[in-house]
Amino acid sequence: MPDEVRVRITVNGTRHDLRTEPRTLLADLLRNDLALPGTHLGCEQGVCGACTVLVDDVATRSCLVFAAQLDGASVRTVESLAGADGTLHPIQRAFTEEHGLQCGFCTPGMLMGACELLERVPEPRREDVEEALGGNLCRCTGYQNIVRSVCAAGRLMAGQASDGQTSDGQTSDEQSGVRA
Amino acid sequence: MKPAPFEYAAPRELDEALDVLGEHGDDARVLAGGQSLVRMMNARQVSPAVVVDINRVRGLDSLGVTGDNGSSTLRLGATVRQRTSELSGEVAAHAPLLAEAGAHVAHAPVRARGTVVGSVAFADPSAELPTALLALDGLVKVRSRAAERTVAADDFFTGPFATSLAPDEMVVGVEVPVTAGRTGSAFVELTRRHGDLPVCGAAVVVGVDDDGRVAHARVALCGADQRPARLPAVETAVVGADDPAAFTEAAARAADGLDPIPSCHGSADFRRHLARVLTARALRTALARATSPKETTDAR
Repeated sequence: MPDEVRVRITVNGTRHDLRTEPRTLLADLLRNDLALPGTHLGCEQGVCGACTVLVDDVATRSCLVFAAQLDGASVRTVESLAGADGTLHPIQRAFTEEHGLQCGFCTPGMLMGACELLERVPEPRREDVEEALGGNLCRCTGYQNIVRSVCAAGRLMAGQASDGQTSDGQTSDEQSGVRA
Repeated sequence: MKPAPFEYAAPRELDEALDVLGEHGDDARVLAGGQSLVRMMNARQVSPAVVVDINRVRGLDSLGVTGDNGSSTLRLGATVRQRTSELSGEVAAHAPLLAEAGAHVAHAPVRARGTVVGSVAFADPSAELPTALLALDGLVKVRSRAAERTVAADDFFTGPFATSLAPDEMVVGVEVPVTAGRTGSAFVELTRRHGDLPVCGAAVVVGVDDDGRVAHARVALCGADQRPARLPAVETAVVGADDPAAFTEAAARAADGLDPIPSCHGSADFRRHLARVLTARALRTALARATSPKETTDAR
């Protein structure tokens, strides 16, 4: 059995210092080692997009990256979106209000893909959403409501920003819960 | 967890990576973007004993143009992401074909991690980037612990997913000669769904003379042969042409001598048909861009 490798990784603002097998995929590290099952694993071959998370702010297939590659990286998962009190992130609110989900399996990937897009392009056009989420499969909605949801989220976040409220569900301070 | 166990090496220096390849050869695989390799490891289509992660190797992420105007070269290192290349001003200015072809590869999150060089080294006969490199007269820079060599793209691709790379070698970068004069390029493809590998695609670069006629052309196809295919017969036939009918006539030879790999997405005959249609289409677009500077800048 090959040696384990050390992975120091920040997930949703919490720093972890872990040892894992080199073959551990980021998706499995999140779900199994860090008890964050919000990231869904669909195809495990990069096609469906359900496992999309943000690695250093870039939407990434967590099934196509080894955790070992991410020593020093910062990862955000769908669990980072809602506030600690359960207050939904504007993206999540928009998906609820615009019926952007049905069974919910693809939703974590859709939300994180949308999150990256909205951080880059605050009020995206339809085509921007189609480009950003074109690699995320949904077998329920027919996509129309998802695109509508992301555009609505952009408006919600812009409205909040102009009201002087925070539109960001992230904790800016890193907590220092180190896990072995 | 799907991949078989392996040893993981994450060197900081190129020589260390080459040492690992020299020691383990065929038992080792180079991991750059991982968007093909990890997928294949997940499916256990490949189970390397050693994975050499080159993402931390210094100096491999450079992208730039060197040389003077007489003979300058666009260089991309082995860890330059497809998304970086696609959005790079230097690539748009000096090899717009590479940017245009790159925008067709999979989806944005895959391109954000996948590398240009990785796609070239993977040598999928259907993939866009190896074919674009071929049409650009690109060079593949290869290193081993013992030696360094430069291989023309046409000599690099030897078959489906096969290259002239030896087990102890890795691709450290690709180079594209920057051509002076009035040129235009185009990449067109047919896919079953947006983001899929193309059934067939055509990459074309044309240079035009003062009368707006084709002075020289380079044409390459993906999905139409056992490897990315250059079409010298079409390249010769198209010289002097300046109208769509001449392009259609020249492109009628596009499938001559090709041996397409049939699949559920397209029979060999359908791929030969697409080779002719897409070659003519790409030639027309490339010429229009060569003769209209504005459209060249808007190519992306």
